[in-house]
Amino acid sequence: MTQIEIYLLAGAAMFCIGLYGLVVRPHLLHKVMGLNVMAVAVFLVLVSVARRVPGPTPDALPHAMVLTGIVVSVAATAYSLALIKRIYTETGAVTLQETDDDA
Amino acid sequence: MPNNIERPRRAQHIVAVGLLVAVFVLLARAVLYIPMHDTGVASSIQDNLQISGVLNPVTAVLLNFRGYDTLLEIAVLVLAIIGVLSLQREGMLASGRLAPFADPALSLLTRILVPMMILIAGYLLWAGEKAPGGAFQAGSILGAAGVLVTLSGHVRPGWLSPAIVKIIIAVGFVVFLVAAIIPMFFDKNLLEYPLHLAKPLIILIETWLTFSIGMILVTMFISSAAPITDDYVRGDAT
Amino acid sequence: MNSPVLWLDILVVVILILLSIRIFSEASLFKSVVLFIALGLFVSFAWVKLAAPDIALTEAALGAGVTGALLLDTVGHLRSRNVPYSKHRHAEDGTSSNA
Repeated sequence: MTQIEIYLLAGAAMFCIGLYGLVVRPHLLHKVMGLNVMAVAVFLVLVSVARRVPGPTPDALPHAMVLTGIVVSVAATAYSLALIKRIYTETGAVTLQETDDDA
Repeated sequence: MPNNIERPRRAQHIVAVGLLVAVFVLLARAVLYIPMHDTGVASSIQDNLQISGVLNPVTAVLLNFRGYDTLLEIAVLVLAIIGVLSLQREGMLASGRLAPFADPALSLLTRILVPMMILIAGYLLWAGEKAPGGAFQAGSILGAAGVLVTLSGHVRPGWLSPAIVKIIIAVGFVVFLVAAIIPMFFDKNLLEYPLHLAKPLIILIETWLTFSIGMILVTMFISSAAPITDDYVRGDAT
Repeated sequence: MNSPVLWLDILVVVILILLSIRIFSEASLFKSVVLFIALGLFVSFAWVKLAAPDIALTEAALGAGVTGALLLDTVGHLRSRNVPYSKHRHAEDGTSSNA
């Protein structure tokens, strides 16, 4: 197994773990972290793919995509966290479930 | 009674984990099928590097070859910060004090770290033309430095009024957009820089992008962070 | 094949996967967020191993730093004794701790 394959498999595994957080965990903060873990997994796959090029300098195109991707994912996270706080302030809920135990 | 609720949830949980394992197997097969000796577009980037105006292939891709992508990504950033700003309650950008006081140890650390971070950001911006670095890296370091300053209880300087903050947020996108559109008046395509102007244009755009990205990140933190004064009491009056 | 460099890669990957599992199996939100920040730092180590030092720098500043600060702040906000608007309106008998 090569170095690239190790990171590619890790990316696949982390994508599924992030998907678990997004789909299964009810708390909105867990969902945001799940999205972020999925983003990191995709970045891992992209940067590993960039490493296929022989020689010391990796492929520039995936690197450029990952760089902008990190900044954009932080922006999306900040926006979704602002939404979560607003939901909490307005309704007191931290999940999107219809039947809440304390309701 | 709790058992009745627990059991379908546990069953759902097992089904979900099973499905995710299946997704993992599919993804693992997919990533292992990526051809290992296909070098993608790396060689064509290297071949065309001399017409991009810069020597760092990542910067060349970001600001020249795929400048359209980057332009739209900056637009996404500006949209996200507009969203965050519109979700906050009035005047939070004006108050902006997050910590009750400047903790001495944290304050000292900030005084040492922040000038170094600004120096690193400047170096990254300057080196981005020929070595790993550029506007996104420098902007994120600036943003992290700003978050550090905010967290350690320092207040925003007086000259940095909300209007100026908003101008700095927008300036990177505006400069980039203008630089992208101007070639269209000279019978060229969007973002098609003239060869001899490519390098100064890219450096100009990157410089303003650095300030904008840094300011966007700091403002995101400031405006979404809970201020130290409890304004829930104020909301009670409504 | 089993050079020490490759073992380091395997170690980083195992830590990454264990950390991301722990993030979502942790009961306490605060611990989840701290683990998420730790994940960001280990990911930036992975970027260094994959010959992407500038991405490592960005990841450490943003993925671990700014995102971590934002998440911690949200946890504090959701946990704080600030009672949401609606509950203020309903609880007019003074049980809520508003000033």
